[in-house]
Amino acid sequence: MHHRSIPDRILEGFNMLALLLIGFVMIFPFLYIFTVSFSSLSDFLNNDFLLWPKQWVTDAYEYILSSQNFLRSLGVTVFITIAGTIVNLFFTATMAYALARPIAGQRFFILFVLFTILFSAGMIPTYLVVKATGLLNSIWSLIIPVAISPFYLIVMRQFFLNIPEELHDAALIDGANEGQVFWKIVLPLSKPALAAFGLFYAVMHWNNYFTGILYLNDPSLWPIQVVLRQIVVINEPNSALGSTAAMLESPPPPETIQMAAILLATLPILLVYPFLQKHFAKGVMLGSVKG
Amino acid sequence: MENQPVQTPVVPKLNEKLPVQKISLAAKAKRSFLRQRYLYLLLLPGFLYFLIYKYIPMLGLVLAFKDYNPFQGIIESPWVGFAHFEKIFSNSDVLQVIWNTLSLSFLQIVFAFPVPIILAIMLNEVRSQTFKRIVQSVIYLPHFLSWVVVVGITVIFLRSEGLINSILMAAGLDSIPFLTNPAFFQPLIVLQVIWKEAGWGTIIFLAALSGINPQLYEAAIMDGAGRLKQIWYITLPALKSTILILLILRLGNVLDSGFEQIFLMLNPFNMDVGNVLDTFVYFKGIQQADYGFATAVGLFKGVVGLILVVTANRLAKRFGQEGLY
Repeated sequence: MHHRSIPDRILEGFNMLALLLIGFVMIFPFLYIFTVSFSSLSDFLNNDFLLWPKQWVTDAYEYILSSQNFLRSLGVTVFITIAGTIVNLFFTATMAYALARPIAGQRFFILFVLFTILFSAGMIPTYLVVKATGLLNSIWSLIIPVAISPFYLIVMRQFFLNIPEELHDAALIDGANEGQVFWKIVLPLSKPALAAFGLFYAVMHWNNYFTGILYLNDPSLWPIQVVLRQIVVINEPNSALGSTAAMLESPPPPETIQMAAILLATLPILLVYPFLQKHFAKGVMLGSVKG
Repeated sequence: MENQPVQTPVVPKLNEKLPVQKISLAAKAKRSFLRQRYLYLLLLPGFLYFLIYKYIPMLGLVLAFKDYNPFQGIIESPWVGFAHFEKIFSNSDVLQVIWNTLSLSFLQIVFAFPVPIILAIMLNEVRSQTFKRIVQSVIYLPHFLSWVVVVGITVIFLRSEGLINSILMAAGLDSIPFLTNPAFFQPLIVLQVIWKEAGWGTIIFLAALSGINPQLYEAAIMDGAGRLKQIWYITLPALKSTILILLILRLGNVLDSGFEQIFLMLNPFNMDVGNVLDTFVYFKGIQQADYGFATAVGLFKGVVGLILVVTANRLAKRFGQEGLY
């Protein structure tokens, strides 16, 4: 610490510079997209390298937010994220807790879960089961078939195993049953773990796009990512948003619409990110070091 | 479905074999079951989930050996033995798809796998905790974005009127058809993976680095080692086992190439180099309703994947680590 030679200091300087550059590469697309989404068409066309809006123009946002399709898909995604995360946490926590207690057949049940990490039936047989259970073209097809991530289940079990045994014993002696111990003692103690996994599951639902295409034929049920794909990747912003264009005399340019759509669809993640930050390292490290 | 599939058979079996202890054992099992009935109740929803959405589909794998006819259903459709599997190895499309899958995986292992290690070492060399934390927050962020957003950003930057081509043309160069020229498909996939996951991937390496005894560095400094030598002789050896384990486990997953990302990046121009096993199964099965053949390809991928992962895990354990399970 005290004897830092000159080459070491140069190395340190280069290292920090490189990290700054890497950080910039990570953040630059957002800055650019943010800027363009708030820029007027002429500013966008006349400046190849816009880094900050010259004038703040909110046309693109107004246009998108006046689209029924966009708002509906946003609503679908909000519902899937909230309902889905509740289902995930309920299914994962109950099973993880039962497997963390000394029940008969524990080894069998754990292998039962682990095997699904190693081998899955694949897309077609799963699709047929989703169809057979009547979930096709229902919003629940995005929730029920992914009710548990086996990996998170194992990690959460590890978390429950770390709760001191004495706590159970004391509660059981006081006359509580296992159910009461779980709901009244273990779950309140597990808020950090539930928050961490809840956020992971929520991000999974928010970002889900493929199962939307796979299981939902009805465009009115599509989650936001499917609509976003049409707007940005397939490059059909107007048809994806519906014909709100008719109401405007001069619709905003497709470029600014696309960038505003990306930011709107990502906004919730950007908003929960600080909370994610706080929890995820704990969540990830909970089980991965000694899984 | 039975609620307690393990408990029920256990009790009568013990009864028959051990007539003397019959009552006490049966009573014991019954008592322990009663005492644990809440636990089984808690286990039930999850158990049913795995049964219905993970194990029943495995029964559907018989489709791989059948000529599926929607009017006859899965059970009534005629058996065709290994015909679909023979088709896999005689179909040049499938062989191309297997090749695409493997080559993409190996490109990722060569180019994307080392990046988090380098990043973690760079972060580890930063003395200012504030600086380190800010950089970490920024490089973790892309991990939480959807693939639609990542591919969308790629399209926005790389299309013919996008920022990169505008800059190229402003510099007097020709614009480059990044998205339609198949030569760019694999590099773009790898770059996207690096951009999205490299920062996130540093977590596990930083954890390994935080376990290093600082006295090792002090001793090295006493011996006159500069920063590069400290990295070479202390930091890297500390990461060696983590790197090895992750590499082995990654090799076990060479057939998984990230379905959503590739599906989003595919277009008619790059289909020949970009179609991988997962996307092939989707196009064949869901879009063309060739259930039998698509299931066979999926089963082939699943079985080879299972063998690879189990082998990889065994290897990881042989190197003295805990492995995946």
